[in-house]
This record gives sequence, structure tokens and C-alpha cells, in this order.
Amino acid sequence: MRTLKYLLQKEYRQIFRNKIILRMIIAMPLIQLIILPLAADYEIKNINIAVVDQDRSPFSRELVNRITAAGYFRLQQYTHSYEEAFPLLESDKADLILEIPPRFEKDLVREGRQSLFVAVNAINGTKAMVGANYLNRIIQEYNNDIKWEWKTPAMGAKMIEIESVNWFNPYMKYAFFMVPGILVLLVTMISAYMCSMNIVREKEIGTIEQINVTPVKKQYFILGKLIPFWTIGMVLFSVGLFVIGRFVYGIVPIGNILALYAFLALFLVAVLGFGLLISTYSNTQQQAMSLAFFFVMIFLLMSGLFTSIDSMPTWARWVAYSNPVSYFIEVVRMVVLKGSGFGDLGRYFLVMAGFAVGFNVWAVWNYRKIS
Amino acid sequence: MKQFLSFVRKEFLHVFRDRKTLLLLFGLPVAQILLFGFALTNEIKNTKIVVCDYAHDGASRAIIQKLAASPQFDLEEALLSHEQIEASFKKGKVKLAVVFPPHFESDLQHLGKSSVQVIADASDPNTASTLTNYVSNITRSYQQELGGAGDPYPMQIESQIRMIYNPELKGTTNFVPGVMALVLLLVCVLMTSVSIVREKESGTMEVLLVSPFHPLMVILSKAVPYLVVSIVNLAVILLLSVYLLGMPVKGSLLLIIGESILLIITALSLGLLISNVAASQQAAMLMSLMGMMLPTMLFTGFMFPLENMPLPLQIISNIVPSKWYYIIIKSVMVKGLGFSAIWKETLILFSMAILLLSISLARFKTRLA
Repeated sequence: MRTLKYLLQKEYRQIFRNKIILRMIIAMPLIQLIILPLAADYEIKNINIAVVDQDRSPFSRELVNRITAAGYFRLQQYTHSYEEAFPLLESDKADLILEIPPRFEKDLVREGRQSLFVAVNAINGTKAMVGANYLNRIIQEYNNDIKWEWKTPAMGAKMIEIESVNWFNPYMKYAFFMVPGILVLLVTMISAYMCSMNIVREKEIGTIEQINVTPVKKQYFILGKLIPFWTIGMVLFSVGLFVIGRFVYGIVPIGNILALYAFLALFLVAVLGFGLLISTYSNTQQQAMSLAFFFVMIFLLMSGLFTSIDSMPTWARWVAYSNPVSYFIEVVRMVVLKGSGFGDLGRYFLVMAGFAVGFNVWAVWNYRKIS
Repeated sequence: MKQFLSFVRKEFLHVFRDRKTLLLLFGLPVAQILLFGFALTNEIKNTKIVVCDYAHDGASRAIIQKLAASPQFDLEEALLSHEQIEASFKKGKVKLAVVFPPHFESDLQHLGKSSVQVIADASDPNTASTLTNYVSNITRSYQQELGGAGDPYPMQIESQIRMIYNPELKGTTNFVPGVMALVLLLVCVLMTSVSIVREKESGTMEVLLVSPFHPLMVILSKAVPYLVVSIVNLAVILLLSVYLLGMPVKGSLLLIIGESILLIITALSLGLLISNVAASQQAAMLMSLMGMMLPTMLFTGFMFPLENMPLPLQIISNIVPSKWYYIIIKSVMVKGLGFSAIWKETLILFSMAILLLSISLARFKTRLA
């Protein structure tokens, strides 16, 4: 126990003496946390639309008015030929083209059925889908209104209304969804990189020899490396959630904070264990960094932070389920936004404990005092 | 020249002897293309939903059947009460609940009006609104079937939506140009800066600088292997995306290669600049990662739409070279446009390359601190 105390003293001193690194691992992530959610905003607001109106009737003009009044769309061009509007789509000046065919109003009244054509620039799939959804909703509402205006309350017509309720995030703020996830991303990156490079640094400079010749047991040595980064991870997460999350974004976790912290503690042990594992397999800092970057990149892409795991094909879902980060992102969102507690998280705790034990045992086993 | 070549040879040996670093250099682009191509999609499929059917009549069952049949939904179980909905949301997996009130069908028959409640887990707002939209489309189609073959709904406006450039809403179209930018920057900025600083840290830089060989050449020879690696990566990414992902290069291949070399030069200069400033490998790595990689992912526009960002961030995004590269590659590769459409972006990228190169050469020191 006393050995561990001295080892910890050494590690903390090393971390706190290096002012540049310290500043980077504390300040940079927090600045990122302020900027990232502002940038990672999929709440689609300013969709540029070009309208090709070949009808120019009261109906078509009313529809265009409604679209521009809805607040999501910015009218970029109002022409009568598709050829004139398409270059706007090509040059990214318009995201959507709405084409109203000639004699739209007349044929709608006479034939009772008309089609509008919408062309969406779908290079960014999410944006395309959300934009098309909004436009569709406005068109449907407009349609319902003119039906009521023009017909006597339809004879025998049947209406099913959809009452939609949004739970957990009633104002549909995208930042509420992103901030907890991004916080996990930053904590994971910092702890995995720093931890994996730390032991290798001692290998590279040669100071590890001095520890290897002492009677310090390898479990203690590894614990001594693990605990300082564990505390940094805890501090980083707390500041991110309770200072920046709270005061910049107004996020107040509604679930069980104790459950969240218990899970964070376990998660950090798992991620740090992974970092240690990498460092036992590398001889230079460049190697450790490359390996860590490779795996962390895959962890992050497959974590469900940016795209949903449910939509993945089966094999990819298995990859995502063998990824500790995806579990923590889900748990953070559940506790912070939905108010889940210990009872809901049982399975997640079990899986994460498995990761934590697995990585660390493997790392200790693979660490050799004899080179 | 002979000296230079032998230095380049030394650097190549450095890179290729380190197997674990090679995994990053060549494995990451392949892994990213595979993941973006086959695993990550913006479509919404297989979402777990629950149904809460208080009605138990023909109409509710017909709609439930339609929900179960649609590929977007994975119908979980029939629940009975509202408390159970909340509990199942809190357990995580379920994203949407559809509630049919009692007397659903008889209200529809007799009053001509009935309502379905759709409760969405809006912690992810975009998925929530898309799912709600799917459910309302399904009930609308049921409603139209109810009316019979005649014309129950006069004055029906339909919207026919075409997704241009990417009809299946694949992530690929958006991501392949982004991955190209990311990989080129990663290899050039991160690897170059770390490998230069490494010589400083291990003390071998001293030896190189006192040799009769010009110090600038030492640094340039370090950049050459990474230049080659990036060009190989570029070829691999293009081949994979054409033959594996079926994403044809619509524009001129030569133009893509030329523009990529421009980005590589910009990135190498940046790596050089970082290596001048950083004293240790850790510092160089943190600077490249936090200062370069994250802004690249953010401000390039392939993950997050730039036009949604607050104005100050939009202005900042203009100084990120990969933003311009991404616009160029997207225009040439996906839309098939020619040089006339992208000369402005090319000019900006070109001036960035010149600027960064001259700053990093001017700041280059032959003395160690």
C-alpha cells in the first residue's frame, strides 16, 4: 500500500509539472465542448429552397407563402423553369427545388389530384431527409386547409388525426442530444491517448528500467499509472456536465447522478485498461499513438454518436455492441435526458464490468518487467 | 541530390519498419471506407417501437399490421398502460410508442374522426420527427384505403420527392470525400510532426543538424515518405469507393489528384509548423489532434452542415483548408463538375498552401533550444 502511495506521488508530480500537457488535457476538451455542440447542430433551420412555379396562380402563391413563413426555409429563387433552378442545386446555393406544374390550380380543382415535384440535394442524407420531411408537412397542412375551405365538410370522409407528443426533450433541442455524447467522446479520447502514451514514454526515455529493477510489483505499477488519469477523467466529466452543460446549454440531468458516476467510474477503468493494453504492445510513442488513434476512431464511429446503431446491418451491430463507448453514450443519454436509474441500467453495468476486467487483466498479464 | 536520396531512403525505412504505425497509415483509410460504406447510414431502419392498443378492433389491428410490415419499424410488444411506456423508454431501446384510444374504430365510423397518439423519445430530435412522420404516412395510407376505390379525398396534393446525387440516402456520398480529406490530413500533419519531434526528443536531431547536409533537406526528406503514403492512400480510397462501394468518379480523375496534392502540400507545411513549435511528441500529438483533427472533422462540413452553425463559427470554418478541399472533391467526384466550377476554391487552397509553407520555412530553426 505504501509503495502505491509513493508511485502515485511520482505520477501526479509528473503530470502537474508539465504545464503545457496539463493545460491541453483540461482546457482544450472544455473549449471543444463549448464549440462542438454549436457546430454539431443537425437541428435543420436554414434550408435554402428554389421554387419553380409554372402555375403562378393564387394556390401556388399561397403555398409558397406558407413555405417561406414556416421559418425553416429561405427562398433563394422564384422562377418558372427547372433549368434555371438546377444550377443553384449544383452549386449548393439551394438544397431543395420545389416544382409546381403548369395548371396546378385548375387541374387540382377539376381532377381532384395533383402532384408536386421536389428535388433534394441528398449528398448529406440526414439533411435531405429532414428537409423533405418539413416540406412535406407544410404541403400536407396546406392540402388539408384547402380541402376544408373548398368542400362542404366531406361527406363520409374519415380523418385520423395524429397527436404527436415528444418526451424527454419537448423543445426538440439538438444540443441536449449532442452535449452528453460529445462529452463522452472527449473523455474517451483524452484518457485513452494519455494513458497509452504514458508507459511507452517511460520505455522510450529508458526510465522504465529504473522501475523494473525495484521490487515494485507490476500490479502496483499499473495501478499507479491508472489512478491519476482516472481522477482526471472524473474531473473532466464533472466540469463538462455540471459547469458547461448546465450553464452554457441548460442541461440538468434528471436521472440518478449516483448511477451515472458509478458507471463513469467503471467506464474509465475500462478505457484506461484499453490504453494500458496498447502501451504494453508498443515500443515507441508513435506506435502507441497510432494504435490508440486507430481503435479510438473506430470506437467513435461505431458508437452511435453520429448515426443510429439500430439502422446498421447485423454484423456492424455486433461490432457496435463489442464497443465500450457505445454503451456509455447510451447510458449518459438515458440518465441525463430520460431519468433512468440503477434499475434500468443493470445489463449495462454488467457488460461494462466485463470490459473493465477484461482489458485490465489482459494488460497486466501482457506487461513484462523483463524486456 | 544523392545525399538527399539516401536520407529519403532512411526515412522510408523508419516508416516501413514500424509495423504498428503502418496499421494506422494503411489500415485506417480502409477501415473508414468500409465502415462508412457498409455500416453507417443516415436512413432509419429497424427502430424498436411499442404499441399500446386500448381499442383492440379491426382498424387498430390493421394499422398495427401495417406498422409491423414496414422496414423502418421493429414492433416490440403490445403494452397496456402508459406507465409501462415510460419504463420501456427508460430501459433504452424503444424509440416510439403508438397509442390507440378505446373505441378507435367506432369513433372513426360514427364521428368520422379519431385520433392516434404518437409518443416519441425526442432525446434524439431528428429521429423522433422522422419516425413520427413515418407513422403519420402509414395512417394516412390506411385512411385512403378506407375511403374505397372512388375518390374519397378530392383535391389531393401529392409530393413526389427525388433525392438527387444520392437516391438511397447512403452515408457514402457525403463521407468518401470527407474521409479523403481526413486521412490526408491525418497522415501528413500528425505523422510528419510527430516523426520530426521524435528525433528532437531522442536526441538524434542534434546529430542530423551538425552533419554537412543542409538542415532544410533533413526536414524535407522526412516529408517525402508521408507524401508517398498519402498518394497511395488516395489511390486506395478511390479504388475502394469505385469498385467496392459502387460510387463512380463522375468528373476528371486528373483534377482530383491535382487538388489532392495541393491539400497534401498544405498539410505537410502544417505538420512542419507544428514540429517547430512542439517540444515533445505528446505535445505535437495533442496539438495535431486537438488543434487540427477535431476542427477538420467539425468544419469540413461532411459530418455537420456548416450553414447551421452560428455565424462566428462559419467565419472560422473558412480558415480550415479541408473545407475548401471537401467542396472541390464533392463537386468533381459526386456532381461531375469541371474546373470552371471550382477555380475559386482552388485559388483559396493554393494561397493557403503558399502561406503555410512560407511561414513554416521562415520559422524553421537550425538551432535546438
